[in-house]
Amino acid sequence: MILLKLFITFFKIGMFSFGGGYAMLPLIRLQVVEINNWLSNKEFIDIVAISQVTPGPIAINSATYVGYKICGVTGAVISTLGVCLPSVIIMLILLKFVIKFKDNNFIEDIFKFLRPIVLGLILAAAMLIFQESVIGFKEFLIFLFVFVLSLKYKLDPILLTLLSGILGYFIFM
Amino acid sequence: MKTFDLFKTFFKIGAFTLGGGYAMLPLIEKEVVEKKRWMDEEEFLDLVALAQASPGPIAVNTAVFIGYRLMGIRGVLFSVLGSILPSFFIILIIASCFTEMKSSYVIERIFMGIRPAVAGMVLASVFRMGRNVIFNFKKLVFVIIISICVWIYKITPIYIILLAILLGLYINFKRGKFI
Repeated sequence: MILLKLFITFFKIGMFSFGGGYAMLPLIRLQVVEINNWLSNKEFIDIVAISQVTPGPIAINSATYVGYKICGVTGAVISTLGVCLPSVIIMLILLKFVIKFKDNNFIEDIFKFLRPIVLGLILAAAMLIFQESVIGFKEFLIFLFVFVLSLKYKLDPILLTLLSGILGYFIFM
Repeated sequence: MKTFDLFKTFFKIGAFTLGGGYAMLPLIEKEVVEKKRWMDEEEFLDLVALAQASPGPIAVNTAVFIGYRLMGIRGVLFSVLGSILPSFFIILIIASCFTEMKSSYVIERIFMGIRPAVAGMVLASVFRMGRNVIFNFKKLVFVIIISICVWIYKITPIYIILLAILLGLYINFKRGKFI
């Protein structure tokens, strides 16, 4: 039952993605590329790129894309619902819980461990994408260029994505 | 009409926040605190802390919180749907065209440029966040070990996250504050 599998996979992704955005990438990639073979490595990076220039969180964008690719519009709906549902359930539970135990700092205690883990996950995402995409000297130059612009001048990801697309068009003749 | 208002507001937030996550927060704040006056600044900051602390996209978490505060479960339905529908339709359109577009040489060249750029942007965000998180050598080693576990040994992040939650709860419990 492919629809059920889509739902469960994206429910899992929604459930365990802390830290938002890039921190989710290794988990999404593991499920979608390695375990289920729904996307190729390149396709996965392309979706990350598309997510940079379209509205909405990466997790939802990839759920919609993968769902559509595997099972059409129904698949897209099921996967998107799957990735959002844990948020809804957990937030509703937390709302009741946290209002009751506002003085208890368990969230802070958990985040003492989670914060460096989120950082490690994003580093892993960067390495996985680097490994797949930087396959030559020209690619390395683009990587370095964007890395410096992003870190030093805090340029917007939308602008950087468009800029590197134009660069790619002229460099890879 | 309040349900429609809720839907409309979050549809707008969903449609105009590119890049997701933290980029959304200023717009959400403007709509919810300043324009609609659905809650005050202090409550909004509490909500952001909670939305960041729980799993899932921050935008969706925020929508759940505000929808629930205003109209209960029915509000959640409308705010969440509103916030995800814009990106849902956009990706649907892209997904249906992308397969054909990709065979085009022009598009492939553009994406050959974008792919290494994605690696650069993600790595830059590690450094940017790292400035706030890492303040000693031990933590740096920890971060690198985690990333190697996931990158090279393909350990699923689920186990690592579960372990962190259990450790955090254990420490909280030991301090005797856990009820």
